[in-house]
Amino acid sequence: MSRGLVEDLERGLDAPVCITWELTYGCNLACVHCLSSSGRRDPLELTTSEARALIDELRSLQVFYVNIGGGEPTIRGDFYDLVDYAVGRGVGVKFSTNGTTLTPGRARRLAGSDYLDVQVSLDGADEATNDAVRGAGSWAAARRAMDNLAAAGFGPFKISVVVTRHNVGQLDGLAALAAGYGAQLRLTRLRPSGRAASMWASLHPTAAQQVALYHWLVAHPEVLTGDSFFHLSALGAPLPGLNLCGAGRVVCLVDPVGDVYACPFVLHDSFRAGTVRGDGGFTAVWRSSPLLLSLREPSSAGACASCGSYDACHGGCMAAKFFTGLPLDGPDPECVAGHGTALLAAVQPGAAPSPGLGHSVAVRLRPTRPAGSTARSTARGTAGSTVG
Amino acid sequence: MKDVALFDARSAYRLDPHVALRPEPWGALAYHYDTRRLSFLRSPLLVQVVRSLPAHPSVGAAVDAAVPAPRRDRYLEALASLAAAGFLVGAA
Repeated sequence: MSRGLVEDLERGLDAPVCITWELTYGCNLACVHCLSSSGRRDPLELTTSEARALIDELRSLQVFYVNIGGGEPTIRGDFYDLVDYAVGRGVGVKFSTNGTTLTPGRARRLAGSDYLDVQVSLDGADEATNDAVRGAGSWAAARRAMDNLAAAGFGPFKISVVVTRHNVGQLDGLAALAAGYGAQLRLTRLRPSGRAASMWASLHPTAAQQVALYHWLVAHPEVLTGDSFFHLSALGAPLPGLNLCGAGRVVCLVDPVGDVYACPFVLHDSFRAGTVRGDGGFTAVWRSSPLLLSLREPSSAGACASCGSYDACHGGCMAAKFFTGLPLDGPDPECVAGHGTALLAAVQPGAAPSPGLGHSVAVRLRPTRPAGSTARSTARGTAGSTVG
Repeated sequence: MKDVALFDARSAYRLDPHVALRPEPWGALAYHYDTRRLSFLRSPLLVQVVRSLPAHPSVGAAVDAAVPAPRRDRYLEALASLAAAGFLVGAA
């Protein structure tokens, strides 16, 4: 990609290419690395008419598509209506789901819609690896959803994997799983956001695993990444895609209550740009929020200026730095040149900004069901108390 | 995907009907709703040429009508790339 284009994009677009829209904080799972700390619905979530108004606004801005997530977006009673509303107005929809609600009937309904991509989340090539992160029963539910999509003739849906220390060795297996369904594999980077903040140190790939991951991605250009591994581009030839941070420049996040954040991985007051409920709506936030405007200023390489790789990695991920307590104008905590390691070690315990508990469901002190079926029934029990 | 070599500037092309162009100060973004590919038209003049394609019997004629002679080869290259990526299709 030419340097001129990078500079154009860093100055920000008149409207985002796409937005991520977390439709609800409600979720029937409780993944340990949930970037939005989801669990309970928020009583102030956008109403159906507010959601439609936002879609109308995205249409007039010519935002090409929305990445709908959550929470588990399909638990909203108006989910399918909102999807139809968006697609019907030329706003494409990609949505992420844990698959638990994707019955054969719903899979058939989705298969009939254009401009619609489905991403089923799966964080391991086997049940044990996946369920350790996403909860008991989540592997089986995701596989059922994939079976249903395949049987409905949906076409190439996506299997979306957050790369961790424990599944990074299973990439060939995940690719084979996707190929078996005629699906596309999508890998994204684990950020220390939401509930992952407290898990990140033990879940993120090791330095050696990152090198292996880079080479695997180079050898598999067909695998989608959401351009999320650009920090690895300092290892050699750049990975395909936009090798820069698009936060507030190319993309942003709208959360379930209509708050706009610079990107999906910075649900924190420091990166809240405004609300779609304000005067001027989303458009005013995108075009005149001081926070977003500041992200479009030419950024200094800061502590990375003396490193020859800054043009390749651009200092890495803002969210990864922020939630690990590193300065934003320095190296990424997973800097492949190792410049983040000493800085990370120097961060005092408790000094990194906390994403807070968000909408996480409180941990039960006593099991609600007899031991023996605990793991699975806890996940199901949570669904009843949060979604219902 | 069509090979760049198959691009023929003497033929008529048009924007694929599934492609949306969105203006930006430096040109336009192009998004292909079928392939989900994004492309960048990094010159307002290139955008103008692309939009004018239906009015011309060939890509070459569209470029000749809008682009100064010394820069025509670069514009034809950019249009060939757009065709190779499926953003432009041969006009029937």
